[in-house]
Amino acid sequence: MRASWWKILTIALLAYTLTAGLLLDVPRLPILNETIRALHFHVTMWFGMIIMLVVAVVYSVKFLRSNDLKHDDLAIEFTNAAILFGVLGIVTGMLWAKFTWGDYWSGDPKQNASAIGLLMYFAYLVLRNSLTDVHQRARIGAVYSIFAFAAFIPLIFVLPRLTDSLHPGNGGNPGFNAYDLDSKLRLVFYPAIIGWTLLGTWISSVRVRLRRAERKIEDKLINQVS
Amino acid sequence: MAFSMQVMAQEKIEITEADYQNTRVEMADVMRSEGKIYVLVGIIAIVFAGIVVYIINTDKKVSRLEKLLQE
Repeated sequence: MRASWWKILTIALLAYTLTAGLLLDVPRLPILNETIRALHFHVTMWFGMIIMLVVAVVYSVKFLRSNDLKHDDLAIEFTNAAILFGVLGIVTGMLWAKFTWGDYWSGDPKQNASAIGLLMYFAYLVLRNSLTDVHQRARIGAVYSIFAFAAFIPLIFVLPRLTDSLHPGNGGNPGFNAYDLDSKLRLVFYPAIIGWTLLGTWISSVRVRLRRAERKIEDKLINQVS
Repeated sequence: MAFSMQVMAQEKIEITEADYQNTRVEMADVMRSEGKIYVLVGIIAIVFAGIVVYIINTDKKVSRLEKLLQE
């Protein structure tokens, strides 16, 4: 296994998240009850997604500056893993909403905004796949990715806070955010963010390596013919 | 009205030590006192171990493929 120290860290952090996240004391809050532990599993999906999207934007910019497809590999695969996390985040959110708000989808501002955000990234995949030239695909994908990210952040973080959202931490509902997150919750929450993000990075890196191996094989085949 | 709603949306609720002792809020206390929570943690740990083994195997396979391509 290549560069294995951070992979060991991933496993350790996630093992800690799964056990401590279920066993450690949590504040007893109305409405949330025991589901406050979703902080370590649902909320971390969105944090992981955003961190990976930042990485994708960085590599998109790098691609635009260098025109080197190696950067595009990282941009697309980090976006893929980010989308996986986003889908998991929205599905876990729906399950939680069914038992807390009474319906899988109640059109809450937070739900709608995250759905729009995810659709933007689905469109990114469709856009890329509709182009056949790899360089054109990479260039248009990179530009789209930068603009999509710039729209994604206000959609997820700003707009739901400007209206009355039922989501914990918004609209005066019991919950938590960067300013009042409890110190005992933080003990698991921060390692959980790092752990899940590293897992996404691991998945992305394996797929990047497969992508590069594939390109190598294709190049060899083309060189054989000519 | 719109302004006051905006102000309300920015209010933050602090978690205090009392929130840890508040027995009026229902939690899975029975499940914990019976020790069944450890069964659940065990199950999740086994599933996680299986997934980890699978990812490591896939990673190694890709490494082998890369070596093959370099030759």
